[in-house]
Amino acid sequence: MDIKAYIDSGILELFVAGQLSENENKDVQDMMLKHPEVLQEVLDIESAIVKLSSTMSPSDNTHLLLQRIKEKLQFGASDVKVIPINKPRYNWLTYTGWAAALIVGAGLLWTLNQNQQLESQVSEMDTENLYLEQQIEQAKTDLVIKENLLKVLRDRNIISVPLDGQGNFTDSYAKVYWNKADNSIYLDAQGLPEAPEGKVWQIWSLTLNPLSPTSLGTIDNFNDDANKIFNIANANESQAFGITLEPTGGSKTPTMEQLHTLGVVSQP
Amino acid sequence: MQLETLISQFQKKDEKAFEQLYNMYSDSIHGVIYNIVRDHKIAEEVMQDVFIKAWHKADTYNTSKGRFFTWILNIARNAAIDKTRSKSYKNSNKNLNAEFFVDILESTDNLNDKIDAIGIQKYVKALGEKCKKIIEYLYFKGYTQKETSEELDIPLGTIKTRNRNCIKDLRAMILE
Repeated sequence: MDIKAYIDSGILELFVAGQLSENENKDVQDMMLKHPEVLQEVLDIESAIVKLSSTMSPSDNTHLLLQRIKEKLQFGASDVKVIPINKPRYNWLTYTGWAAALIVGAGLLWTLNQNQQLESQVSEMDTENLYLEQQIEQAKTDLVIKENLLKVLRDRNIISVPLDGQGNFTDSYAKVYWNKADNSIYLDAQGLPEAPEGKVWQIWSLTLNPLSPTSLGTIDNFNDDANKIFNIANANESQAFGITLEPTGGSKTPTMEQLHTLGVVSQP
Repeated sequence: MQLETLISQFQKKDEKAFEQLYNMYSDSIHGVIYNIVRDHKIAEEVMQDVFIKAWHKADTYNTSKGRFFTWILNIARNAAIDKTRSKSYKNSNKNLNAEFFVDILESTDNLNDKIDAIGIQKYVKALGEKCKKIIEYLYFKGYTQKETSEELDIPLGTIKTRNRNCIKDLRAMILE
């Protein structure tokens, strides 16, 4: 290869300018290694450019600049080169940040917990409220029933018939309040014991001459009723009322041995 | 070869090698950067960026990238040009289109006394106008041959030899 022609082609100037591809760069490198005159040429070109551009430097403080660059690169701290990079990552701001995050997190958890407690309290209160409302409702209903009873008992048309204990059952008693106007009686059976298993109380309307009983029905819910006052229809011309204990379902005629109470309607 | 040893030490993060290379090229690189940004403070900022980048990217240099000087020249040109495209720089309203490195040499207050700048200035003035511009574009602005040929209205095929002749003239002026 003609080295002089190679040099004269101008490729070395472009090489220094950085205008060549990587492959072309490698070729020039090879030539430089093989031919000292090519190397010298490259050095001269580079030197001319370095000198020319140096005259364009507007100041001579590039040494001061070097100090700043060395500081930024943390020169002189070669034994602990890794630490300066890591150090700033864990400054006081980082710790404060984490601490703040932890506090906020803990605060959130506490608030969440408080909220849950309050919610369950509210739910308890709701249940209690509902219960109390039901109680009030119950009381109101009871009151209405009792007022109603009182109204009935005070009615001037009411005929009061006391029923006394009979035979072995002298401790028993009952009272019938008979409203002839609406053909119904109110039986106050508080003086009767609870009906035993398999038995029910049966109410009878009686005429005395001749003695003939008419069933007014059985009181199936006797044991469950709280005030033991029962409203029973009665369209008969009753002269007396009696109560017997009968097998469940009632009987057609009263079982006289089980006649607990009996009362005669006093004629006005 | 001493330069190669220096470079390989620099690549092994040898701080002394870095300093030596800096001293060899800092004025030149500073001149190239200043020629592009035309602001003392900004030029210093870019200088720092360039040499810090060179330190961190030292291991990416190899001979397929050309001369070490060319490698760092390339980093400097790119960093300076990037800077001129930044918003803050554009806001400073610098008109760079009409400026050439020759202008710097001709304004005497920019000359530093480390080198024989006044002598060089005298010679560079004697360079042909096209030569000044070819050198400006190819070396100091990083234009491609194609861009340079379009800018100067010179056929692409002749750029290489025109440049060769210009550098020859320059060498004759400043290296002898």
